[in-house]
Amino acid sequence: MTKPTFMRLCLLPLAVVVAAFFVLPMARLVLIGATGRHGIAAYAAIVIEPRYAASLLDTVLLALATTVTTLLIATVSGLFLQRRRFPGRALLVAMLTLPLAFPGVVIGFLIILLAGRQGLLGDVTLALFGHKEVLAYSLAGLFLGYLYFSIPRVILTIMAAAEKLDPSLEEAARTLGAGAWAIHRDIILPALAPALIASGAIVFATAMGAFGTAFTLATDIDVLPMLIYTEFTLSANIATAAALSVGLGLVTWAILALARIYGGNTVAANG
Amino acid sequence: MSGHGVALRVVACGKTFADGTRALAPVTLDVGRGETAVLLGPSGCGKTTLLRIIAGLETPDPGGRVLFGDSDVTGVPIERRNVGMVFQSYALFPNMNVADNIGYGLKVRGVGEAERKARVAALVALTGIEGLERRRIDQLSGGQRQRVALARAVAVQPSVLLLDEPLTALDAALRERLRGELNRLLRTLGITTIYVTHDQAEAMALGDRIVVMREGAIAQIGTPRAVYFAPENRFVAEFVGAANLIEAACNGATLALPGGTLPVADGALHGPATAMIRPEAIKIVPAENASLIGLVDSVSFLGDRQRVLISAAATKVITADVPNAIALAAGDRVGLSVEPAAIRLLPGDTT
Amino acid sequence: MRARAIFVAQLTFTLLVAAFLIVPALQSMLAGVTANYFRGIRSGVTLQWVLQVWQLYADTILRSFVIAFATLGVTLVVGVPAAYGLHLRGDRLSRAVEEIITLPLAIPGLAIALALLLTYGGLGSFRRSWLFILVGHVVFTLPFMVRSVMAIFAATDVKTLDETAASLGASPLRRFRDVIVPYARPGILAGSLMVVTLLLGEFNLTWMLHTPLTKTLPVGLADSYASMRLEIASAYTLVFFVMIIPLLVAMQIFAGCRNEPAGPRR
Repeated sequence: MTKPTFMRLCLLPLAVVVAAFFVLPMARLVLIGATGRHGIAAYAAIVIEPRYAASLLDTVLLALATTVTTLLIATVSGLFLQRRRFPGRALLVAMLTLPLAFPGVVIGFLIILLAGRQGLLGDVTLALFGHKEVLAYSLAGLFLGYLYFSIPRVILTIMAAAEKLDPSLEEAARTLGAGAWAIHRDIILPALAPALIASGAIVFATAMGAFGTAFTLATDIDVLPMLIYTEFTLSANIATAAALSVGLGLVTWAILALARIYGGNTVAANG
Repeated sequence: MSGHGVALRVVACGKTFADGTRALAPVTLDVGRGETAVLLGPSGCGKTTLLRIIAGLETPDPGGRVLFGDSDVTGVPIERRNVGMVFQSYALFPNMNVADNIGYGLKVRGVGEAERKARVAALVALTGIEGLERRRIDQLSGGQRQRVALARAVAVQPSVLLLDEPLTALDAALRERLRGELNRLLRTLGITTIYVTHDQAEAMALGDRIVVMREGAIAQIGTPRAVYFAPENRFVAEFVGAANLIEAACNGATLALPGGTLPVADGALHGPATAMIRPEAIKIVPAENASLIGLVDSVSFLGDRQRVLISAAATKVITADVPNAIALAAGDRVGLSVEPAAIRLLPGDTT
Repeated sequence: MRARAIFVAQLTFTLLVAAFLIVPALQSMLAGVTANYFRGIRSGVTLQWVLQVWQLYADTILRSFVIAFATLGVTLVVGVPAAYGLHLRGDRLSRAVEEIITLPLAIPGLAIALALLLTYGGLGSFRRSWLFILVGHVVFTLPFMVRSVMAIFAATDVKTLDETAASLGASPLRRFRDVIVPYARPGILAGSLMVVTLLLGEFNLTWMLHTPLTKTLPVGLADSYASMRLEIASAYTLVFFVMIIPLLVAMQIFAGCRNEPAGPRR
């Protein structure tokens, strides 16, 4: 067996699997998206039809809120954990990164336990303010769930980026008279920017496409993935579901592609 | 295990890569059985491409052929050419220990375990790495790695041994020591060897013949002495050792220079010429009865000798390496003398 | 004094974040062994819910492992040679192929599942078997395996190792077996851990692809969340944690080790 033959043999299974089970189905998805009552215009319906547009807007706003909040929390905690040494730090890091690969369904359940009808939050608010706060079954619950999902991986990314910061830069800034605030603004945050952009994009794309958490919390939260699911299973509106999926896939792919341009390392988007 | 090499013939082997860059113009090269040929040149000169064609890692452009002894191996993949190869990075297999690395080629050839062990032991002794047989690769020093890589390459009793900058990864002192060892080993084994380097000192110490390469073509083939003392062109003169290249008019017997004249041996040439003079061939003599006069620009002490830069003698500054015993200072007026045989007149301008 | 206050503030904040992540997980684990959740842990500690989970869902748990390891097998057989081939070619075509196979990371699982359903949903016996889920899982995890192995190849000069083995007389297949695969072992291990961990919790694709007879662990979880009493749902979650947390910890330890380069020094 010659080397070129062997190389072809190495790549053949991949080619077959990817062509048959990814490229071909995705192509079919795109085609079917255009076979409904409205033909190719089904793709325009995502932004024109009020119900879909509202769902898209909700989804985007939720993803944005998740992204901004996660970045804020993770930057504060990540920098703190990377730059300070204190007893119990390793345990704290372990606690913050343990839920790294919890699936969306499980996170949905944890949010129910935290802020559901029998949740901890309800008990606490009842004791403090005399009324039971229930957040879990709404967009707020979804927001909490996505925070839960995103915080561990972003903290890890920020810690890794902060570890690579060149301490002499900061020292140089101090010799020039910069205070703590100026150092954070002028040295540390700019150095973290690529990591922030990359991980922010991942959080955004994941929050856009996640399905498991919303599924567990309630079926009437109308985020885009839930809409696709109900269109497909309940309304048997296959063409619309396909068109919406293609639209959603394009958005998440574009966001992640942008993230990669800024030198980030794409971590699994598995909501 | 000596003398199992074959004569190597490379015929009209050129290499044009897929993107259209020409790495090698068609070259022809004969290397005798047991001979060590050094491919010498700056990076990008095509020496590694030529080595990879000989190895079978690259196919030459159509028309090129590679012959090991009488057999044409042009279409034979590397794994069936029976070559030994040492890469600059040594490429030792990290998942095998030292002995398994050395014995791998024998194992692939189906050599029985007893014989394999014996041959590995012999090579371990030959390369002086006794006691390291069970070591992991990441526990070895640079010099030890080089020896293991060499032992592994010669273990299969290759027809041709191919060495790609095998000493470049080492620091200067170690490089010099291993150069001596390698020389002894190559003479002991008597394998036909192709040795690629950009270091002219290495080339001269190790090569039976040196193939000087430049921009994908051969600039000169010759013994180390021939290449050093009788370079055929300006590139070889400058690349191999230090050289003063002096433009001057020649009348057949002397070179006319701004600071006087120098007698030459080569009487054939008339008109403008380029004379090559090695720094150590220039002697400093009293200025009174010298035919060529110059001014000392600067003196640097090199340990075993001193290097003097002299202006006003020729159109540009001349470098001379002279014994430390001569007391010199910047500004001194000195006479220069060169044995006529040590002046090499280079043809035309073949830069 | 001010520095101390900042430190305490940051620590408190971080502790709150950790509590947000850990408290619900602990709550669910406790609930799984509590006799009556509404009366709290005072009602007694019991394994009855865990036993019930086992009776109700043992088959889904088992099936999850079968599918995860079958998928791992396929990604190994397909992914490792492919990583080698893609790395050695290294041309524009292989970079394009790499792009395509990493797309499933960027596209929501729901869309991929829908695409598979619309393409192969008509093939009844295939649609009904667990192989249908396997196919989705392979598409989803293949990029992790390929990238994990390619990262090892990219870190050092695997091409020269290959050429060296060739110069010693080894055939391409033999080189792959003796040199390439052992060399890629850390990447293969990391990729395998990743694949199994992701698959045991994979829901987005599986929910769409499963049938009542091919439920997996996360599908069963969703099922129990929707229709079982809280204690059983918690006990099932506890079972899931017991299986997934060792894998997560192993993955983090492994990632920590890999920061020390294992390859040859230069």
